[in-house]
Amino acid sequence: MIDDLYQEIILDHSKKPRNFGPLENASAHAEGFNPLCGDRLTLELKLDGDTVQDARFRGAGCAISVASASLMTEALKGKTREQAEQMFQRFHQLLTTDAPQPEDLGKLAVFSGVREYPMRVKCATLAWHTLHAALQNQEKVSTE
Amino acid sequence: MTTATKAFNAAAVREDFPILHQTVHGHPLVYLDNAASAQKPRAVIDAISQFYSSDYSNIHRGVHSLSERSTRRYEEARIKIQHFINAPSPREIIFVRGTTEAINLVAQTFGRKNVGRGDEILITALEHHSNIVPWQMLCEETGANLRIIPVDDRGDIGDFEVTDRTKLIAVAHISNVLGTILPVREIVRRANGVPVLVDGAQAVPHMKVDVQELGCDFYAFSSHKLYGPTGLGVLYGKAELLEKMPPYQGGGDMIASVTFEKTTYNTLPFKFEAGTPDIAGVIGLAAAIEYVEELGIENIAAYEMELLDYATRALSKVEGLRIIGTAKHKAATISFVMQGIHPHDVGTILDRQGIAVRTGHHCAQPLMDRFGVPATTRASLAFYNTREEIDALVRGLAKVKEIFD
Repeated sequence: MIDDLYQEIILDHSKKPRNFGPLENASAHAEGFNPLCGDRLTLELKLDGDTVQDARFRGAGCAISVASASLMTEALKGKTREQAEQMFQRFHQLLTTDAPQPEDLGKLAVFSGVREYPMRVKCATLAWHTLHAALQNQEKVSTE
Repeated sequence: MTTATKAFNAAAVREDFPILHQTVHGHPLVYLDNAASAQKPRAVIDAISQFYSSDYSNIHRGVHSLSERSTRRYEEARIKIQHFINAPSPREIIFVRGTTEAINLVAQTFGRKNVGRGDEILITALEHHSNIVPWQMLCEETGANLRIIPVDDRGDIGDFEVTDRTKLIAVAHISNVLGTILPVREIVRRANGVPVLVDGAQAVPHMKVDVQELGCDFYAFSSHKLYGPTGLGVLYGKAELLEKMPPYQGGGDMIASVTFEKTTYNTLPFKFEAGTPDIAGVIGLAAAIEYVEELGIENIAAYEMELLDYATRALSKVEGLRIIGTAKHKAATISFVMQGIHPHDVGTILDRQGIAVRTGHHCAQPLMDRFGVPATTRASLAFYNTREEIDALVRGLAKVKEIFD
């Protein structure tokens, strides 16, 4: 069902993305690019030691990629680098395997419907690849 | 309604395309991605199968009967293609892998020989990447400059001037995004003797193409958009130009004689056909052309124009939808954007209703930048599409809006 993909919370975050816009005094940033569709996203982080204090993003994209970035920035706050990377792993697993849903994903679990749409997995993971690049001090990342 | 369109029976024609008769996600397939690739009639599928079952062998030089039969059918196909685009001679029909390879061939042979530092190559702002990148590569190699003929808000190309530094003009016959039909004859006239290459990938399946009437020097097209098999394309070039061009690839079939000291190249068209070609593909393309000729390319064009008109009117009524590409002379390709909804979301939701459209930049990123959009949704029509399918598209878009409202 198409509604499994476009769940209410995804539509809400795509229309009213949270943490959207530039972040002042950012300590890490990266730009993500999906050459398949031309979507671009800039992610900025404020890190306090190992902990993500704040995260904001800019860019244009489809509903899935914007909602994913929006929900990701919400989920990141207060997480350590390691916790953030682990979250990416579990999120990726949620989208690409039939294994039982990983726990602790909270709201991010709404993206489980993407599993049925292999062409859209990259839309949902663009923000996360960008996060990974920012944490690794890479400035640019492409999903291809 | 004209007599030609009355004579055209899309419902009957659909029976010739086995793939169209299926459901996708529980809905009848509505295939509106013909500009990316067209579906194959039974006649093409059968011709390839029959050829492999009874006549197949490698061509040229074989003295045995199968090789003789394969060679004859291969060369007959070349003549069929010659007539299809009204080329003066079969020597001017070169088989390549596709439009992309045809353009690269000209860039790497004609280009390398004739283009130098400070020279310029002229293309338009609406080109497909395959008619941009080979020229950029050539310019990088030679120090030549790429100049761009602008496109206006409707999708028509602007004025251009040639100078004594202009060595080649390369233009699409029909834009794969906007559907604009470019005035090739007028471009050739203004070129004033500068060679003109036409990327005809989008034109050959939809309108009568006569390379002598157009007056162009090179014309490239692909089999798979013309209802033929993939992996095959055609480059037409004027013999006087082809004769002077160095070979593209070295290998078998393109030589007259080989010693370790000196190799003499074969005559046209074989000089440009190194290696065993896609023999069965060529047989398949001949069958596709035969099929198209039986329907009549003028009948096809008239029917598609009527369908374009119907689709344009129907889509224009969809609130929040904006058509990109409104040239007066255009083919049955409609790109559009929807207010606040990304094309990829449109594409996914349509697919779940069995409707195949293409979304993205359509390998024309500079054109997307020109129109200030990251991507579009594109419905591209063929003669087997119907008004009912356009209605299904409009209903599909209503569903898209329902989800996003």
